[in-house]
Amino acid sequence: MDFINSLWELVLWIWSFQVVQILVHIVMIVLPLMLCVAYFTYAERKLIGYMQMRVGPNRVGPKGWLQPIADAVKLMFKEIILPTQANKLLFLIAPMLTLGPALAAWAVFPFSPGLVLADINAGLLYILALASVGVYGVLIAGWASNSKYAFLGAMRSAAQIISYEIAMGFALVGVLVAAGSLNLGKIVEAQSGSAGFLDWFWLPLAPLFLIYFISGVAETNRAPFDVAEGESEIVAGFHVEYSGMPFAVFFLGEYANMILISALTVIMFLGGWLSPFQGLPLLGPMFDWVPGFIWLFAKTAFVGFFFLWLRATFPRYRYDQIMRLGWKVFIPITIVWILVVGFAVVYELPWWFD
Amino acid sequence: MTFEKFLFYVFAAVLVFAATMVITRRNPVHSALFLVLAFFSSAGIWLLAEAEFLAIVLVLVYVGAVMVLFLFVVMMLDVDVATMRAGFMRNLPVGLLILFVLVLEMFIVVGPGIFGLDMIPAPAPQPADYNNTAVLGSVLYTVYMYPFEIAAVILLVAIVAAIGLTMRKRPETKSQNQSAQVQVRSEDRVRVVKMASEQKMEIKR
Repeated sequence: MDFINSLWELVLWIWSFQVVQILVHIVMIVLPLMLCVAYFTYAERKLIGYMQMRVGPNRVGPKGWLQPIADAVKLMFKEIILPTQANKLLFLIAPMLTLGPALAAWAVFPFSPGLVLADINAGLLYILALASVGVYGVLIAGWASNSKYAFLGAMRSAAQIISYEIAMGFALVGVLVAAGSLNLGKIVEAQSGSAGFLDWFWLPLAPLFLIYFISGVAETNRAPFDVAEGESEIVAGFHVEYSGMPFAVFFLGEYANMILISALTVIMFLGGWLSPFQGLPLLGPMFDWVPGFIWLFAKTAFVGFFFLWLRATFPRYRYDQIMRLGWKVFIPITIVWILVVGFAVVYELPWWFD
Repeated sequence: MTFEKFLFYVFAAVLVFAATMVITRRNPVHSALFLVLAFFSSAGIWLLAEAEFLAIVLVLVYVGAVMVLFLFVVMMLDVDVATMRAGFMRNLPVGLLILFVLVLEMFIVVGPGIFGLDMIPAPAPQPADYNNTAVLGSVLYTVYMYPFEIAAVILLVAIVAAIGLTMRKRPETKSQNQSAQVQVRSEDRVRVVKMASEQKMEIKR
């Protein structure tokens, strides 16, 4: 008994360090996230399978449930091949640079009222900055591989991400004007009201909502904007030369980014942890018992489904059409809508901004 | 030594190291990547100075956009380091002279006589609800309205000039009209031919 008491005291003493607390919180965020990433890949293969009249993975475990685990184990045991004359250090750093920002962005992400690792004022800016850093992984991978296909993929990806970042940033400016804050928690609170899901920003900011989501798809290099990979044109783009665990880290980064973009779309346009029936006469009280975290998760899964659906539906965009969409369509629309939102906020337009 | 001071020295050491590497590495891509590291470290130092808006914008603009385009160009160039270093010894005296003048100027402007610790005391730390972004925005759009707008107009002129320089249509080059391509309808391209179908067959399963 004495031993257990002293052990407990030791635990309490370790816990008293702030660094330890923060580390434990980080693990509490990253571990479930990694599990989500693993099962997001499974969901993608299953869903696209059914959309294409196939079954998808169904051999490992019941109904294929253990497929992601098997894939992870397989990738871990594969050989890591370094191409000749590749820049070894940069070659191995590149996948980490893709995954790192995708994980770091979750630091300011509010899961429920007040449940956030770092409640900073400039949360939206922080997310935007990290999203723009993510391009380095692809760029460095393409250059360090010493392969012309990888390099072509990296060039395409860099130009594409830079272009769509602007539209994405402008869409976020609209959200910031509407909410009056850069703090993600306050942005969610600004969307609460008595009309349930009609109070969320997706309705007054509908063009920005669509543009943010589509730019997010482009930013994560997902189909139909996956020219950076373009397997029918440049083999597999920036990660042709990667094998084993570095490839797996690229894969993790891509899916973590998709989940992040979905979750951010939910936070900024779909009311975050708010119930869709909030304030409604009959349905509101009926769903009061559901914790906000469940709503957040359900909405994120819903938006994530669109990523998979898009991939199964649309053919790949041509490169010049991607550029046209980004520069000549999205950026003008966002600028016009920022003006509209600005007027709505200044003149306190009823329903959302009064 | 407080934790903040420790962090400052870590960031400062990384910054000086990265800046040195920028000018000493032979490979220009490595130099550019070390410049990225230098930007990150200075963003860290600005965060410690409670200027979080400037720090994040430094990462957002310089690391996220400017340096990506820099790398983009540097990676595609085939820089011959040998020819670049050809005149090194010949130009060294001039370079050293310029270096001396620069250091002297910096010493006059920000030397210990003006920016010493006893001249400018450490600022009092701001309370936790201090919002650097809001503070900057409130002066930028009121007190400094005209300089801000003028800077915006100058940037706009630069954008127009850059686009004007690159947008030259030569008659012999072929180009695609993307709007027309996107707006094409299936009726313009595809003709559905009606014809009698073949005899239906019973498929036994």
